[in-house]
Amino acid sequence: MSDENRLDLLFAGFIVFLLAGVVTVAMGIRRELRTGVIGQHPQSGLWRRHERPAGGLPVCARPRAALSFSALSERGRTTMLNGLNGLVDVDRGIISREIFVNEEIYRREQEQIFARAWLFIGHESQIPRPGDFLVSSMGEESVILCRDRTGRIHVFLNSCRHRGMKVCRYDEGNTLELMCPYHGWTYATDGALVGVPFGKDAYGEQLDKSKWGLIEVARMENYKGTIWAAWDAAAPSFLDYVGGYKLYLDLLLDAWDGREGGTEAIGGIHKWLIPCNWKFPAENFSGDRYHGVSHRSVDMVGIGPSGKGRRDMAERNQARWLDVSFPELGHSMIAFLRAHDAPLAPAYQDAPVAAEYFRRCEEERRRRRGEHWRLFGGPGTMFPNTSPLARQPRTLAVWHPRGPHQTEVWRWYFVDADAPAEVKDFLRHYYIRYSGPSGLTEQDDMENWNYAHKASRGTIARQHPYNYEMGLGRSTRAFEDHGLKLPGAITDVTAANASEHNQRGFYRRWRQFMEAATWNDLA
Amino acid sequence: MSDLERLLLKSEVEEFLYREAELLDERRYKEWLDLFTDDVRYFMPIRRNVPHDESEREFTREGTDVSWFDEGKDTLARRVQQILTGIHWAEEPPSRICHMISNVQILRASPDGPAPTEVAVKSRFLVYRNRVETETDVLVGKREDLLRRVNGSLRIARRKIVLDQSVLLAKNLTFFF
Repeated sequence: MSDENRLDLLFAGFIVFLLAGVVTVAMGIRRELRTGVIGQHPQSGLWRRHERPAGGLPVCARPRAALSFSALSERGRTTMLNGLNGLVDVDRGIISREIFVNEEIYRREQEQIFARAWLFIGHESQIPRPGDFLVSSMGEESVILCRDRTGRIHVFLNSCRHRGMKVCRYDEGNTLELMCPYHGWTYATDGALVGVPFGKDAYGEQLDKSKWGLIEVARMENYKGTIWAAWDAAAPSFLDYVGGYKLYLDLLLDAWDGREGGTEAIGGIHKWLIPCNWKFPAENFSGDRYHGVSHRSVDMVGIGPSGKGRRDMAERNQARWLDVSFPELGHSMIAFLRAHDAPLAPAYQDAPVAAEYFRRCEEERRRRRGEHWRLFGGPGTMFPNTSPLARQPRTLAVWHPRGPHQTEVWRWYFVDADAPAEVKDFLRHYYIRYSGPSGLTEQDDMENWNYAHKASRGTIARQHPYNYEMGLGRSTRAFEDHGLKLPGAITDVTAANASEHNQRGFYRRWRQFMEAATWNDLA
Repeated sequence: MSDLERLLLKSEVEEFLYREAELLDERRYKEWLDLFTDDVRYFMPIRRNVPHDESEREFTREGTDVSWFDEGKDTLARRVQQILTGIHWAEEPPSRICHMISNVQILRASPDGPAPTEVAVKSRFLVYRNRVETETDVLVGKREDLLRRVNGSLRIARRKIVLDQSVLLAKNLTFFF
């Protein structure tokens, strides 16, 4: 049976159980469903709670004809059977809370999304020498990023082929081989099984070591120093996966003076837990310009590189504000396009050395990049769980799922590799006071995601979807400004301040991943 | 330094650290800030899992790497200022915080006489945070302080905080150590 058929059957079963009034234990859906039957209207996306009279069809506790299942047309029922349509209706900007808190949906995300998509692993500057390794994560699972003795980079599942022990429990280091501490199976840095205790005596000729090397990802890519991998051999090439988003991802990864690449990760990765579903931060970074109230306190205090607000605003104030989404890919970014005749804008005024460095870089950038010098980026999300933040602060976050109700964040910080030490030092301090658990800005984000998640778990809360209607129908695929054409579906929010265009693009792709049986259906 | 001088110094240092904890737990943040010298370095590295014989790589490096905290009095003051805005939502409503300080050891005092101007002190902390309803964090670790006598009173000139966690188990660090 194909995955697609299985998914259809899963939801068909769900609906049949609802209509028959049968308790849905077999579905493994949350316990709350066992005491009452929840149904959902295919158009409104609203979740309703039904009582289940003995032997009868479920009816609304508070009857409303338009939302009762019995009133649905045959076509309406078919729509509902199509899967996640009722949960994620991006055309209308309505998304159910179930996708954030439902354990069955979370489990399917691991199979449908994290086992198939390209995921961020680490930066090559963290494993410069043969034998260097860094333990990272792909979805829930631990992986080893390793440079073998010939210099080739690999990504392995961090689990011994014999009995599953985590082969490497160090975060990073350099080694000749990786020995499992349980029974001693030993692997070379290219993953080959090279040592088995009592090999000949205990196994005889039985064990074919060539078949029992570490499990390696199907696809791996080193893109401008960043390492990415996918478990699914059918996944498109990394560059096809990134698609037109490359222009925006490069805003993080290219040197600020316009040269390709040339960035490095500062030593140290912030790793911490947030009690919320991984999609809260992923969608927030995808393009939430709306949450100014969250950060008003830090704006009052002033931690920006020029001593005010939380970042420099001069260059943003001479720019068009663009929400850029690639709904067919799920990637998005908050971007800014400065006026074609914009003068140099003051920035980094708290540090003359940094101000001078960025002024020089910008002059170079204007010379090298033509009209593209005008484009710069803010936060974004590359589907599913990697968030580049292109500028102020310049970081990359990965939102690792750790169960439906918990996220482990890994945060890397980037600088131009050849920037003067004093500039790097200034930026590092700015990054720390802005970002992560100790960052004055993001501390408040964590509070929001924590309690938004918590307040969405209840039986009643789940019946009421979130609203993503902001800026519906305002995007264009043919954005042009003074002859500069930009790729993607773009909503200009210069006047409106914000839209939820990017979030809708993220969930459109999310739904495609959840419904598609294979990569053929995702292309 | 005589034994008696050493005892008196230890007692003074303990009282100083307990009073500091009291100011924090009573949310008297401005008075707390006054306990630091203007050139204070307040540093809390990230800790990594590394082999036992590579302990030099266990901590992120001050002044080079990304750490949990690596700052001076200016950013400490801004953190306090942010809490006092009343709209720093991560601390509004305020958390209930309790600092337990123990194992106070005088590592060295200089000059080595009856009135040292600098004292290196190591202590243990247990910081308990409970907020809103059931949210609770317990953070445990060590501190290494350099205390300096300024106009007769002790001030903190340097604090290194070593948290006994690698992945931070708290969602944020909106409080002080």
